[in-house]
Parts: sequence; C-alpha cells; structure tokens
Amino acid sequence: MFCEKAVELIRELHRMTDGQLPAFNEDGLRQVLQEMEALYEQNQADVNEAKAEGRAELIPSIKLRHCCLLRNQRCLTAYLYDRLLRMRALRWEYGSVLPANVRFHMCAEEVQWFSQYKKSLASFMRSLGGGEGLDLTQDMKPPKSLYIEVRCLKDHGEFEIDDGTVILLKKNSQHFLPRWKCEQLIRQGVLEHVVS
Amino acid sequence: MSDALSADGSDVNQDDTQEDVMTPAELIAKLEEAWLNEKFSPELLENKSEVVECVMEQLSHMEANLQRVKKGDAKASIHRMEIDRIRFVLSSYLRARLQKIEKFFPHVLEREKSRGEGDPSLLSPEEFAFAKEYYANTETYLKAIALKRMPPNLQTVDMLKAVPEPCLDSFVFLRVKEKQENILVEPETDDQREYVVDLEEGSQHLMRYRTIAPLVSIGAVQLI
Repeated sequence: MFCEKAVELIRELHRMTDGQLPAFNEDGLRQVLQEMEALYEQNQADVNEAKAEGRAELIPSIKLRHCCLLRNQRCLTAYLYDRLLRMRALRWEYGSVLPANVRFHMCAEEVQWFSQYKKSLASFMRSLGGGEGLDLTQDMKPPKSLYIEVRCLKDHGEFEIDDGTVILLKKNSQHFLPRWKCEQLIRQGVLEHVVS
Repeated sequence: MSDALSADGSDVNQDDTQEDVMTPAELIAKLEEAWLNEKFSPELLENKSEVVECVMEQLSHMEANLQRVKKGDAKASIHRMEIDRIRFVLSSYLRARLQKIEKFFPHVLEREKSRGEGDPSLLSPEEFAFAKEYYANTETYLKAIALKRMPPNLQTVDMLKAVPEPCLDSFVFLRVKEKQENILVEPETDDQREYVVDLEEGSQHLMRYRTIAPLVSIGAVQLI
C-alpha cells in the first residue's frame, strides 16, 4: 500500500518517547522519495491521457495518487522536523557540543542546521541587555541553596571557582561547591548532586 | 531585598530618563508579573525589553556591590541568593519567550509583520532576528534534505499551514487586578449561549484565554 514507508518513519520516532535521536534513516527517506517520483510520473502520464483522449475515468486514480503524494510529503516533513526538535532539546540539555554518539546519528544537513541554530542562539544570548549578554542555558532551576554537595563521576581536571580557588575534580572525590558553578557539569554527567 | 538594592537604587533612578521612575522593588515586581503572564499564556505576549534591560543593569550593580563586600560576611550569601533568584526569573522569562517563538515561528513572524504602525511590537529586535534566522535555517534544511528531491509541484511547504497555531481556547487561571464589567464569554458548544460576566477586583477565575487576552495586555488581569 502507498505511504507505508513514510508512516514507518513516523512510527520509528514515535517509539522513542524520551527524546532520543535515532540514527538518520537515509534508506527510508530515499524509498519514500522514490515512491513519490513513481506516483508523480504515473500521474503525469494519466493526466496527459485524460486530456488527450478525454478519459475521465482516470481522474479518481489521479486524485488518489495526488493524495498519497501529499501524505508522503507531510509524513516526511513531520519526520524531519521532529528530529530537529529533538536536536534542539539536546542543545539545551547538553550544551553546544553534543555527545559523539548523538552526532553519529545526524546526517550532514542536520549537522549544518544544528550549527546554524547554535550560532543564532549564541548571538541572541550575547545581545541581551544591550550587549551585556546572559547565558539562558544556565539557571534552569530556581535556586534552593547556595552551596551543594557534589560527587565527581569522572576525572575532569582543574576547576576554578569565583574566589580564585582551584579544585581538582578527580573521580569519586566529593566537594562542597557553589550551586551555580556546578549546574552545567551536573547536566553533562561530570558531577552528581549528593542529597544527604 | 531592599537592603541589597538600596545602596545602588539611587544610581539606577538617576540614570533613568523616563517620567515615572521605578524603584528596584517595583522593577522586580514588574519582571515577575511579565514572567508569570508569559509562562501561563498559550501565545507569545508583547515584549518587555525595557524591563529586561533595567533588570540586567540592576543585576550588574548588585554583582559589583557584592565584589566589594568582605568575603565570609553573612550578608554576602543573602545578596548572592537574591542575585541568583532574580537571574533565574529573568532567564526563565526569556526562555519561555524563546520556546514560544520557536514553536510558533511562522505565526509569530506573520503577527509582527502585520501589526499596525503604532502597535507595540511583539518581538524585541534581537528576538526578531533570531526568529527570522530560525525560519530561514529550517526552510533551507527542509529544501536541502528532501523538498528539492520531490516532484516539482511539491517542492514548497506552506509554513503557516504546516506549523500549528497556539491554542487560544486553552483555559488559564487569572487574578483580577482592575475591576472589569460586562466581559462577553462566547459559547463553547452549540447548545450554550453567550453570557456576560463582571470581574471583581481581587477575584480569581479559570477562563478561556481568548476571552481575557486583551485584559492581560493592558494589565487588568494577572495570569497565575
């Protein structure tokens, strides 16, 4: 049946409910585009024949193929757009450098879109407050306490806090650090908030 | 709160060339109102860039003040907390706007394009630039990856039709700041009739956003 491949692409994304980005389905995309090309050519032929020979009974099939073409276009744009939204969410979650396993799942054009999105966002944030700039990806949660206890999950090297002291973030070490400095590292999985 | 800001409150007011000079407390109250309205409204509201700029100036003053306080002074941590709280509200406000701009990007750009000369702008100049870039970026991407490989009559997508509009009929909680009379409530279903309500000052209601949208923009109600 027509449009099955397109719907399969949608289902593939629908299955991943936690915002994960599956590998780009290059094959699936190609198959849908091929089906669209075939449908279009059949329609061109039928339209010419209907006009030339006055065969009005071809019109329902022409309409059907046109509906399938529209449905394929709609499913493809939905698939592609939903992937963009997932990538956008990842920018806000992980920062401007995405984990390698995510990048492998992105096709070249998606990497391009992402790089452009990052640039737009960065220049927007820089321009806030008359050029002062404000990093909107920080302060995601309302501040509850000033300092928090954190455990280091992996070696991250030296880390400087506001009053100049340098902390060595070694795996399994625990520190009492200012909350606002730790936020991004917690989201990236380098530190873990210890709730005693 | 006034303790942290009173040291530099006078600086802010002297730099201000507006007629009605706001105290820092009033400024933060305005920010919080704008923040709550933006969070709970289904559509993007008018931009409040003057408030944003003043708050950012305020935060710089407070940060500068904090540098001068002796380390380990108990007051320092309270001031720090205050700065963090205000910065959180400001960031959350700007994030809420950005999310709506991205979610409804063709409609937002269309509204901005078609507003009258004297009407207040929906987007700040920076937000407008961001929205245009987002539109262009997404359109370029769709063309490059799929649309240009489609049959000739299907190579464009009407963004205004493809991207859903905000649902103005969603219900919102509100508190009435200025008494309103004779607000017309449209029927939701065919067997209902339209009716008229009066909104008393201080009362709280749950209503369809569409009914009270103009009251939000003039500040007569506050979304909660």
